Amino acid sequence: MSLAPVLSLRSAELTLGGRVLWSGLDLDVLPGEFVAVLGSNGSGKTSLLNAVLGQHPLSAGEGRFLGEPLRRGDRRIGYIPQHRLPDDTVMLRGRDLVGLGVDGHRWGPGLPSRERAKQIDELLDAVGASHYARVPVTRLSGGEQQRLRIGQALATDPQLLLCDEPLSSLDLHAQRVVTDLIDKHRRERGFGVLFVTHDVNPILDRVDRVLYLANHEFRIGTPDEVLRSEVLSELYRSPVDVIRAAGRVIIVGAPDEHHTHDHHAVAP
Amino acid sequence: MNDWWSALFDFSDYGELLALLQNSILAGAVLGIVGGLVGVFVMSRDLAFAVHGISELSFAGAAAALLFGIGVVEGAIVGSIVAAAIIGLLGVRARERNSITAVLMPFGLGLGILCLSLYTGRASNKFGLLTGQIVAIDDPRLGALAIVSAIVVIGLLVIWRPLAFASADPEVAAARGVPVRGLSLGFMLLLGLAVAASVQIVGALLVLSILVTPAAAALRISSSPIVVPILSTVFAVVSLVGGILLALGASVPISPYVTTISFLIYVVCRLAGRRAAKRARMVRA
Repeated sequence: MSLAPVLSLRSAELTLGGRVLWSGLDLDVLPGEFVAVLGSNGSGKTSLLNAVLGQHPLSAGEGRFLGEPLRRGDRRIGYIPQHRLPDDTVMLRGRDLVGLGVDGHRWGPGLPSRERAKQIDELLDAVGASHYARVPVTRLSGGEQQRLRIGQALATDPQLLLCDEPLSSLDLHAQRVVTDLIDKHRRERGFGVLFVTHDVNPILDRVDRVLYLANHEFRIGTPDEVLRSEVLSELYRSPVDVIRAAGRVIIVGAPDEHHTHDHHAVAP
Repeated sequence: MNDWWSALFDFSDYGELLALLQNSILAGAVLGIVGGLVGVFVMSRDLAFAVHGISELSFAGAAAALLFGIGVVEGAIVGSIVAAAIIGLLGVRARERNSITAVLMPFGLGLGILCLSLYTGRASNKFGLLTGQIVAIDDPRLGALAIVSAIVVIGLLVIWRPLAFASADPEVAAARGVPVRGLSLGFMLLLGLAVAASVQIVGALLVLSILVTPAAAALRISSSPIVVPILSTVFAVVSLVGGILLALGASVPISPYVTTISFLIYVVCRLAGRRAAKRARMVRA
């Protein structure tokens, strides 16, 4: 492909509290590409997103977004966090959550305007959330909230979408709906996706490539190239079994980083 | 029984009293606006307990100022700002914030009591700082109150949108370049000023009735970011001005009237909110 990457990391290294999470990372995310970030707890998946967001500077190497050095608060990067139910003291309805994505970063009280309302309506429509636009977010299900999150992230027309475990604590149907929505919009709008998840299965048939972080190292490739017993055993330097059954991938024996207990990361 | 009633409600010479206490009514209205608007963020940032802590330190500052013969308003502001800054800087997470507040609060109260017991001036000044007063608002004091309130309201309007973002959705706000930490500190300072202003009228012990109850009531019946602040402000103004009007001829302090009105508004909103939620569930199902 001759497309210029939206995100490009070269020999990137990240340390957290004096500990190297990963180093020598070379990664290009192309426009419209869906890259899953996998790895055990503590392998630095979320920290990778924080680094791209400019919240956690790289300790070595270089990172560029659209050719410019990574910096804080670039709104051409969209961000979707893990679904977490806000408590009911928050004044926020569905459309307000999306509205925060439109102009929540601007100063001033933000008086309502027809133009703004129209933009929010379009975003709600794009994620199929129009019918609960006026329902308080506290009364929405996790899947409904994540749809709104996608609409919120689309508000600034992102070139890159960062997702941090957006499917966790969602039921299977909602996982599918949210994945489909992200997949649809990255194809239509051509933004790259960096998708952190502990379970690759809900997105397995949608991802182009997988970045697997473990042991301060990494492997990048298509799911078939990376999610194999020999590749992961080498990466972890201990025997790991990758079992493929009924279109699902189950990784057995992958240890958590810096945890003494024997943890089997078995995908549900 | 009749004595009690006339102590609580006495509307004789009402017109003359009204003219005399014009300042108090104005002060109540101004404070209501401040309390109603600030309260919205006190609720969405889960700062109710911190408000209580700040108000005790504000009381300590005012009491110290009374003892040393300096301005009570200035003393209250200094105490408030110090407390708000400490809580804002050290208590980023809710759990830490609560423990820091719990540590500061009795210290402030103790300090205030010490200053008041050493103070030999008018006793009503003492009691007023804790439970509120309406008679003591002269023109310069009203002016000070108006200036402090203007700073709070204008400051709040400037940071309104990013503060709402950071309060409702801190992770995404940070990812979008909203200065979450700076806004948090900025809001604490505005909150400190609002508390200092409120302590003057309702007293340190009852500040929550202006800075929390009206917003909590509004959030019971709406989630709209436009309706909630408006309702909250209306509730706070009604509580304060209504309380002052009822208390005019009475021989007890103003605070029980204010707190009772704001409590009743909350109860009504809670009941109304429950019915609305039930209806919404039926519509969606």
